[in-house]
Amino acid sequence: MNDFIAARSQMALSLGFHIIFSCIGMVMPFFMAVSHYLYLKTNDVSYKNITKAWSKGVAIFFAVGAVSGTVLSFELGLLWPKFMEHAGPIFGMPFSLEGTAFFIEAIALGFFLYGWDRFNKWFHWFTGVVVGVSGLLSGILVVAANAWMNTPAGFDYVDGKYINIDPIAAMFNDAWFSQALHMSIAAFAATGFAVAGVHAFMILRKQNISFHTRSFKIAAIFGTIAAVLQPLSGDISAKFVGKSQPAKLAAMEAHFHTEKSASLIIGGIPDVKNQKVDYAIKIPGALSFMAKGDFNAEVTGLDQIPKENQPPIAITHYSFQIMVALGIIMMGIAFSYFIALIKKKSWLQKKWLLKLFVFATPLGFIAVEAGWIVTEVGRQPWIINGIMRTKDAVTPMPGIQYSFYLFSAVYISLSIIVIFMLYRQIKMVSQLYDNPENS
Amino acid sequence: MLYVVMIFLWTAILLYLLLGGADFGAGIIELFTSDPNKSKIRKTMYRAIGPVWEANHMWLIITIVILFVGFPSIYTTMSVYIHIPLVLMLLGIIARGTAFTFRHYDAVKDEMQQVYNKIFVYSSFITPFFLGIIAGSTVARRIDTEATNFLDAYIFSWFHWFSIAVGLFTVAICGFLAAVFIIGQIEDRQERERFVRKAKTFNIAAVFCGGLVFMASLYEKIPLLDWVFGNPVGITTFGLATISVIFLWRLWDTDKTNLMRLLAGFQITMILLITTWKHYPNIILLKNGNSLSLLEEQGNAKTIDALGWALLLGSLFILPALICLIYSFQKPKEKVKRQFEN
Repeated sequence: MNDFIAARSQMALSLGFHIIFSCIGMVMPFFMAVSHYLYLKTNDVSYKNITKAWSKGVAIFFAVGAVSGTVLSFELGLLWPKFMEHAGPIFGMPFSLEGTAFFIEAIALGFFLYGWDRFNKWFHWFTGVVVGVSGLLSGILVVAANAWMNTPAGFDYVDGKYINIDPIAAMFNDAWFSQALHMSIAAFAATGFAVAGVHAFMILRKQNISFHTRSFKIAAIFGTIAAVLQPLSGDISAKFVGKSQPAKLAAMEAHFHTEKSASLIIGGIPDVKNQKVDYAIKIPGALSFMAKGDFNAEVTGLDQIPKENQPPIAITHYSFQIMVALGIIMMGIAFSYFIALIKKKSWLQKKWLLKLFVFATPLGFIAVEAGWIVTEVGRQPWIINGIMRTKDAVTPMPGIQYSFYLFSAVYISLSIIVIFMLYRQIKMVSQLYDNPENS
Repeated sequence: MLYVVMIFLWTAILLYLLLGGADFGAGIIELFTSDPNKSKIRKTMYRAIGPVWEANHMWLIITIVILFVGFPSIYTTMSVYIHIPLVLMLLGIIARGTAFTFRHYDAVKDEMQQVYNKIFVYSSFITPFFLGIIAGSTVARRIDTEATNFLDAYIFSWFHWFSIAVGLFTVAICGFLAAVFIIGQIEDRQERERFVRKAKTFNIAAVFCGGLVFMASLYEKIPLLDWVFGNPVGITTFGLATISVIFLWRLWDTDKTNLMRLLAGFQITMILLITTWKHYPNIILLKNGNSLSLLEEQGNAKTIDALGWALLLGSLFILPALICLIYSFQKPKEKVKRQFEN
């Protein structure tokens, strides 16, 4: 493995790992705030127990998210020093604000986790809300920094020099809004579905049914609303990518030839050599509509992009297809859940609905990972789109593959331990949180 | 605004050393405690650091963000030439943070606890040790940006007696800070005496390791003696630190726990002041005689302004909240509750 590939792999691994924990860490506090609110309003102890059970999970996910995030703030320099040397002062603004938001989150979490029966109950509830809000804010800020890599702004690039730097303009770069919106909703959808799926599974196993039913409902409502909103934000993103990063859109769609009334390609195996896609379903004009809002518009194909500036097509295409497919499945489940809630209450008791949620447990996170692959791999070969190539940013230190192996071992073991701990948390629900003798 | 940012940088490093250090120290104390007392000590320490530990480590993030936003070439020089200790420190941070959380939040308390404990105590030692190595190597004039082979560029930049001695010194300081901090949290007389003993031991260890640092600096031809004793500020701070140690030793058996903390914190502040004052505004001393200076390596004036404002604004939120957090968990449950309800 050469150093460049090792560095990219390590970065991808670290981000792919961190993103799961940060999503859960920023979304679950909102679930807790709801159950905590219900407890304070109704005095129903089971909601208190749900809040406490969830808060244990949040503490675990937050800690892993915090340390893996700390690692990332160093890895930017450890792996991509040439990038950080130039980009640091330009796109650093969201990071410095994120430092504050994250700090507040950690402080509020201390109050929340250790504050039971210690403070005024509404103050305690409020600290939980602060955890969620500041977590969401940190997420948005970090995504703004990533968006800058896609649509660099706030400087002029003249003769290899970065001049007229404006960090505020860099923060509010063109992509930040669509990316932050898409990512935040994705976090809610993925976490909502994952949590709901776990509780649905326990209901099907007939364990602590009232506890799990209540938990399921809170998580499912968050997840399904997000899943319905997500295609809308996806549409905003696609139109934006079409305008700002035609190479990425072309790779997402494996769209080889520039044409008017371009077809949307669903599935298929891109054949890069012969510039075609085999076994795909094609919907004429739909890509033009998706990218430009007009069935006849011209969509730039990969033929307009010089070979050395093209992203890896197959990975980007497959990841995009996976993300969209999973998004549609989740939206479908969301609609059936809404129908159950509003029209057909009897469905709520049906096993098939719960089974659908169990099936969907990992889907949101797979979609999140796929989406990140689309945005990151789709930007290649650039680390700063159109300005600096990723291979020019890599550290001069040799032997990065060993560092990659080391981090892989650490992250794999951590994942195993976290899964093991969650399993034990859930197994203990009957003793700790839903025990008639305790309450 | 540049000076505001520099003050924040220094303060963040100091607070990380004090608060993060006390936090690491809790694990170091556990590592050096004989088995029969371990579980009791663990409980005491958990009560002391549980609510605040994650916030304590945010200072490292603030430090690193200030460096890469404000002084990118300093950040990247460190990232390239002291890559290896940085990675080892990061692994320590991962292991420690997760093990600490896992041992508390694992729903089943069984033999896995032993695994978490082991990881926690060893990583509590390793992390500050490498932090010390990193700090030592920034001033040792061994970072060679013109090196042509792997060893000179990436190993000998940080692997020398001086930085190792600084690493050990950092570990001893952390243990000392933790012991002094925890004394104030304990009501039980006997338990308190145990921590007073620990504080004494770690204080002696710190003085001893400080001596090692001086010896290593002589061996490695680093003019540390001159930095400390060659200027009035160095002599004064060293003197003040010494006096505060003597003062502290007279307090061990009293109830003035806050004064003890203050003195311990003061000593560490003085140590950081001595070691940074002489080089100011340089932050990394290179082998070729050049230095990376905070005044010259600032990335961009407009960015420094924005960063300064962000830090000022951020501290308006962070500091009151943090003080409130630390203060709230100082007292027994009932007292605080009453206070909040009145």
